Amino acid sequence: MGEVKLFRTWSSPYALRIVWALKLKGIVYETIYEDLANKSSLLLEYNPVHKKVPVLLHNGTPICESLVILEYIDETWNTTARFLPEDPLARATARFWAKFNDDRVVTSIFRAYVTQGAEQEEAIGPALENLDIVEKQLIGKNFFSGESFGFLDLVFGWIAKYLGIFEETGGIKLIDEDRFPLILAWKDKFCDIPVIKESWPDQEKLITKFQLMREHFISTAAGSS
Amino acid sequence: MANELKLYGVTRSPFVCRAVIALNLKGIKYELVVEDLSNKSADLIKYNPVYKKVPVLVHNGNPISESLVILEYIDEVWNGVPILPQDAYEKAQARFWAKFMDDKCFPAVFKAVISHGEEQAVAEAQEALQFLENELKVKGSKFFGGDNINLVDITATFVAFWIGAVEEALGIELLPKDKFPKLTEWSDNYVNCQAVKESLPPRENLVAIYKKRFGKA
Repeated sequence: MGEVKLFRTWSSPYALRIVWALKLKGIVYETIYEDLANKSSLLLEYNPVHKKVPVLLHNGTPICESLVILEYIDETWNTTARFLPEDPLARATARFWAKFNDDRVVTSIFRAYVTQGAEQEEAIGPALENLDIVEKQLIGKNFFSGESFGFLDLVFGWIAKYLGIFEETGGIKLIDEDRFPLILAWKDKFCDIPVIKESWPDQEKLITKFQLMREHFISTAAGSS
Repeated sequence: MANELKLYGVTRSPFVCRAVIALNLKGIKYELVVEDLSNKSADLIKYNPVYKKVPVLVHNGNPISESLVILEYIDEVWNGVPILPQDAYEKAQARFWAKFMDDKCFPAVFKAVISHGEEQAVAEAQEALQFLENELKVKGSKFFGGDNINLVDITATFVAFWIGAVEEALGIELLPKDKFPKLTEWSDNYVNCQAVKESLPPRENLVAIYKKRFGKA
């Protein structure tokens, strides 16, 4: 099916979605690690608009934006288990929730993680409200995609690892077991999947990195006030 | 098969207009349910509890929200004039540009508008729009979709029509012809497409609304 390369960083949760997708489909690919402080000329050539990872290169042509890449992979390698359902309404619903995650869930939790004091306190409310909505999505389901693993689990997958990292480095507690029993149950099932289990970046390295990132955001915010 | 189709929206919204264009492009019959956004209907809140926004397409009682999600749904359910390309790579490109438009162009243009054309905000909006200008230059075609309009053109309706109305209402310049010759030419061609022409709200209505909402006191 052609030559596949993935431009990623070791830590990006968006790139991790693509790692999972490629592995689950059994696609052979080459990884090119990027240092975002020193972006390669290739990355800039392949993603001139955003200059970000992940970028998938298939037979020399680039595809950017993780949700776009996921759908591309699903449609191109379409003989193995499909991530998205066939039914148009189910597909529309999946796309809606994917957008909700990327636009609202991630941003609200990120906000709580990079702030402190009163600003952080203020950020926690919206983050929890968005997580309440996420929790509701799991009612009557094993996975976000339904009976079995699928597209939405790839999308929400970051929660199974990165949310804990944000909590620890941000000094906040978001996933309370009384309020989010379904998310916790899903997390166990999700993390049991072999491809997922073997693909997480190093925990300690992630903690260090996101600790530094939080400090950077806080000092930048202080500098500009 | 019973096919009940309703579109909840307001005519002044460029996002609702996207759905109207798609439906008209495919010749699909539907009922427009006009919302008063200052007093949202119980139906709208029921059908889009997460955002409580328009457009919402309700097909046989099933709601679909978010304009780009709606466009893909319409394309998958109804045959006829295609909105997305068939080829997986071309499809990915179309989705990329549609997302870019919503994530970067629209917010930058909106910021330029609410700041009444503040220099920095306009510069940032033009920086985002420049990517679209370049894409048209590189493609060398009449539309983002080639000879015919596609998802990207429809997503860019606000560029083709709403920007002009806002420019007139506020007396600002966002998309000068000399800086954006391709986008200007594309806009003229786009608004003259049959499906688009019959879907756009009257320009003077938009100008009046924007004068009132964003114009200087």
